[in-house]
Amino acid sequence: MSSVLSIEDLRLEFPIYQGAVQALNGVTLRVEPREIVGVVGESGSGKSVTAMAVMRLLVPGSYRVTGSATLLGQDVLAATEPAMLALRGSQVAMIFQEPMTALNPTRRVGQQMVEVLRRHRPLTRSGAQAEAVALLRDMHVADPERIQHSYPFELSGGMRQRVMLALAFSCQPRLLIADEPTTALDVTVQRQVLLLMRDKAREKGAAVLLITHDMAVVSQFCDRVYVMYAGAVVEDGPTAEVLAAPRHPYTRGLLDALPDRVASRGDLAAIPGSVPDLTRLPEGCAFAGRCPLVHGACASRPPSLPVGPGGQRHAACWAVRDGEAS
Amino acid sequence: MAPTLAAQTVQPVPGGLRHSLGFLWHRLRQSPLTLAGLAVIVLVLAVMALAPALAPHDPNLVDLEHRLLPPSASYWFGTDEVGRDLFSRILYGSRQSVSVALFVVPVAGVLGSILGSFSGSVGGLADTVIMRATDIVMSVPSLVLTMALAAALGPSLFNAMLAITVVRIPFYVRLARGQALLIRELNYTKAARAFGASRWHVVRWHVLRNALPPIIVQATLDVGGTILMAAALGFIGLGAQQPTAEWGAMVATGRNYILDQWWYSAFPGCAILITAMGCNLFGDGLRDLLDPRQKGR
Repeated sequence: MSSVLSIEDLRLEFPIYQGAVQALNGVTLRVEPREIVGVVGESGSGKSVTAMAVMRLLVPGSYRVTGSATLLGQDVLAATEPAMLALRGSQVAMIFQEPMTALNPTRRVGQQMVEVLRRHRPLTRSGAQAEAVALLRDMHVADPERIQHSYPFELSGGMRQRVMLALAFSCQPRLLIADEPTTALDVTVQRQVLLLMRDKAREKGAAVLLITHDMAVVSQFCDRVYVMYAGAVVEDGPTAEVLAAPRHPYTRGLLDALPDRVASRGDLAAIPGSVPDLTRLPEGCAFAGRCPLVHGACASRPPSLPVGPGGQRHAACWAVRDGEAS
Repeated sequence: MAPTLAAQTVQPVPGGLRHSLGFLWHRLRQSPLTLAGLAVIVLVLAVMALAPALAPHDPNLVDLEHRLLPPSASYWFGTDEVGRDLFSRILYGSRQSVSVALFVVPVAGVLGSILGSFSGSVGGLADTVIMRATDIVMSVPSLVLTMALAAALGPSLFNAMLAITVVRIPFYVRLARGQALLIRELNYTKAARAFGASRWHVVRWHVLRNALPPIIVQATLDVGGTILMAAALGFIGLGAQQPTAEWGAMVATGRNYILDQWWYSAFPGCAILITAMGCNLFGDGLRDLLDPRQKGR
C-alpha cells in the first residue's frame, strides 16, 4: 500500500512588504497507512503551516509554494478545489488546537454534527441525528442526547474535543491530522483524549499525523517522529530511537530541556539564543547560531535531510554527517 | 478507562426563544434611554398602522375657510395653507417617512451583508472589484449622491427609496467584510473547511451568522438616518409628491410661513426629530446590549 501522505522538499513562503516569510524550507515527510506520526517543534517552526498546506486551507494567493505533497494519491498542490472538497472531512479529517473555538458558538452541537454527517454520507436528518448520538457514545460521551442540544460554550474543553474527534472519525478517514489537539486541556483530560484518539484510529484503520510541542506526548503515542526547526525537518526516525539517542543537536537540546532530565534542584537546561527571523534566514544551517557543534561548513551551506526509505533515521546536520563519515 | 454511561436523562437545556426574550427584557429594563427609544418606535409603528382610526380629519380634505389656523381643540396642530388638518397629515405622513426606512434598511442591510461576507470570505479578484465599487460610492458625499440619483430617476417616493438604498449598501458591505475577515481566521471556520464545508456554506452558516450583531446595530442606527434622508429628499421635492402627506415636504412648504405660522413647520419637524431620535436611542442601547465590552463608551 502506498503512503497516505507524502511530502517532498516542500517550500512555502508568504510574500510580505519587501521580502517574504519563509515558513517552510524543505519539509520531507511521509505517513504510512495506520501509522501514528508525530511532528514536534517550537512555535513558528512550521508544523501547523505544513498541515494547513496539505489540507490547502491557507488563504489562496497569499503564499508561494514549491515541492510536492501527495495526499492519498492526490497531488494537493495541483488539485482543483472540488477535488479538495471531496478529500476534506471524508478521506482526511483534521482537528485543531483549542477545541474551545473549533465549534461555531452560535449553533447547537447537534446541528453542526448533522451538517458534517449529511455532507459526506447519504443520511436523512433524523438518521444523521441518530448517527451523531451513536458517534458521541462511541467517544465515551455520557448523555449524548443532551450534548446534541447544547451550545458549545456549555461543554468543557475535553467534551468539545471529543465532539471534534467524533466528527473526525465519522466518515472513516484514512488520515487524521491533529494540530496540537490537547494544548488547551489539562493533563488528565489531555491523556484521555489522546488515548481515545489512538484507540479509535487503530480501530478504524486511520493514520494520524500528530502535531505537538510536547515530547512526552510524542514518546507515548507516536510510532515515528519528525523534529522541525525554522520550517525544515531536522531529524526523523522511530520515536524510541530518536528519543534515546538524538543525533541532531537541536533534538538533543530539546530533550535536555525536559524537566525530568535534570536533578530535582538543578537548573533546567536551555538552548541558548532564539529562533531565527524567518524573513532573513541565514545562508547555511538555520540552527548554526545556537548550535554547540557548529563548524566551518555550517555557515555556508544548509544541510539537507538525506532522502531514504521510511523507518530509517536521518538528521540534517553537517556535524552528524562528518561524524558518520569518519 | 471505562465509559461512564450515566442514566440517560434528557434535561431541557436553558435556552430557547422564551428564555432569550426574557433575558433581553431583563437587560432592557436596566437602560431607561433604550426603553424610551423602544417606546417611541412602538408608538410610531402604532401610528402608522392606526392612522385612519386616529386621524380626526381627512388628511387631504381642502377647506379654504380654515386655512393656516393655529393649534386649537379641533385642529390640534393647526392647519396648512389650504386648510388641511396638520395633525392628521402628520399621522398619515408617518406611513411615507417610516416606510422608506422599513424598505431601505432591510434591503440595503441584507444585500450589503451578503456582498460583504462573500467579498471578505472569498478574497481575490471578487473582493477587489466589490470593494473598489463601494469606494466609488462612498467617495461621493452621500446626500449629494442620493439627490443626484433620485433626481436622475425622477421625483417619486419609490425612486427616493431606491436612491437611498444604493447609497446605504456600501456601509453594510464594509462592515460585513470586516467581520468576515475576522471570522474566517477563527478556528471554527477553519475547522468547517477542514471538514469539507464549501465556501458558500461557510459564508452562510458561520460568517453571516456571527457577523450579525454589529450589522443589527448598524441597521437600527440607520433607521433614524434614513428617515432624515427621506425627509431631506422630500424637503427639496425629490420624495413623495403632492398631495401625499410627507414630513419633509411639509417642513419645506411650512418654511414659507415660518414667521407667522410657526406650527406649520414645527410639528412635522418634531415628528422627524422624535422618530429619528427614538431609533438612535434604541440602536445605541442595542449596541451596548449586544457587545457588553463597549459599554459606557
